Amino acid sequence: MADTSASTGTQLVKRGMAEQLKGGVIMDVVNAEQARIAEDAGAVAVMALERVPADIRRDGGVSRMSDPDMIDGIKAEVTIPVMAKARIGHFVEAQVLQAIGVDYIDESEVLTPADYAHHIVKSDFTVPFVCGATNLGEALRRISEGAAMIRSKGEAGTGDVSQATTHIRTILGQIKRLTTLDDAELFEAAKELRAPIELVKETASLGRLPVVLFVAGGVATPADAAMMMQLGADGVFIGSGIFKSGDPAARARACVEATAYYEDAERIAKVSRGLGEAMVGISVDSLGAGDLLAQRGW
Amino acid sequence: MVAARVGVLALQGDVREHVSALTACGVLPVEVKRPADLEGLDGIVLPGGESTTMGKLLRIFELLAPLRELIGSGLPAYGTCAGMILLASEVVDGRHDQELLGGLDITVRRNAFGSQVHSFEGPVEVAGVGSVHGVFIRAPWVERAGSSVEVLASVGEHPVAVRQGHLLATSFHPELTGDERMHDYFVTRVVS
Repeated sequence: MADTSASTGTQLVKRGMAEQLKGGVIMDVVNAEQARIAEDAGAVAVMALERVPADIRRDGGVSRMSDPDMIDGIKAEVTIPVMAKARIGHFVEAQVLQAIGVDYIDESEVLTPADYAHHIVKSDFTVPFVCGATNLGEALRRISEGAAMIRSKGEAGTGDVSQATTHIRTILGQIKRLTTLDDAELFEAAKELRAPIELVKETASLGRLPVVLFVAGGVATPADAAMMMQLGADGVFIGSGIFKSGDPAARARACVEATAYYEDAERIAKVSRGLGEAMVGISVDSLGAGDLLAQRGW
Repeated sequence: MVAARVGVLALQGDVREHVSALTACGVLPVEVKRPADLEGLDGIVLPGGESTTMGKLLRIFELLAPLRELIGSGLPAYGTCAGMILLASEVVDGRHDQELLGGLDITVRRNAFGSQVHSFEGPVEVAGVGSVHGVFIRAPWVERAGSSVEVLASVGEHPVAVRQGHLLATSFHPELTGDERMHDYFVTRVVS
């Protein structure tokens, strides 16, 4: 095995794992068959969960971590990384997911929060975490807790990409502004963002987040995926958009191609043909305030 | 002297990090997404990422055959992690239908060290380079190396850095460390 001086669960190993996913699509799957379709289509990872967000939204009730048996079934089916969701603040769900050897944990607003004040202390874990964010302050708070990857929240399970657009534009716009500030102004910005000054300074000097930034929430078509990439995302999560559509295999392939070749409109046009029905979707406008998942997390 | 043009396969993965490392080595990095991008290259880097995804995209975007041919006819190539898998002649624990470029006479085991919780970093002694900081992320190892393959580094009994003439491969990711010595080795000892 490894050298005795080798260390696991370091920041570099956790963040480096997400770097390997850049330019790719991570797909929500609820069983081994869907995981197989996702891997066949070229997904860089799958997110194992019991119900896709569209069904969670429809069914209501409390939504929790998936059954370890179901996650094991998916792990056995594919060679690509398997991610799974824990409830916000539910550090024991996270311990369980680490114990069964998932490759990444999503501390997710799509599940019902377990703690309305605290997030999981992610730096305590060997397994890396991805967390949702709607703005830069939220992203940096999650990174300070140990998140090794950030995704926009969007509005999961709607097929309406508008909130993902708002979140990625907000995060990247706020970063752009940071790069124009002097040291004194950065202290003020850190207060406004409610984020640690060290991370604010690091982000300002890099001109990007210190971790990989994906988009999630409402992506349903190849054009949606390519739009998120053109806006500056490192990659895309697609939840309900694939397996709630008419032809999941074809749509999954098309989204992978559109994400890789996001600047090539002719290719996006080509892969957008004949995909059958997209998920029906719900306009975010029609949701009541209590139905908005993106507001979960603090 | 004109700087060497070294391609970085830019379908998916940690492309940006390889581009930075090559720039620091004084060569001209070229992102390769289309067959036309392969023209006039002096070498190519196959980055880390997901090897199944890259294999599929190589075929879809018609890079598989031309790249295979170029590598077969002597184009210097350096693969890290997923890139090592793509260069291997055989893979175990992969997908039976996994697309490979081949060329390097090795059998690699995918995710050989285990899942992400077993990913690690630590010192690795590389012949001809010295001690480098190895970052192993769901990394493969070399299970079998052909007689013409030189093993440059091992972890335990498993080779993690190998060279066969114009082909170089490492299980680990020097592009994540800010240490360009492996890239410099590729540029000065393999490409030149």
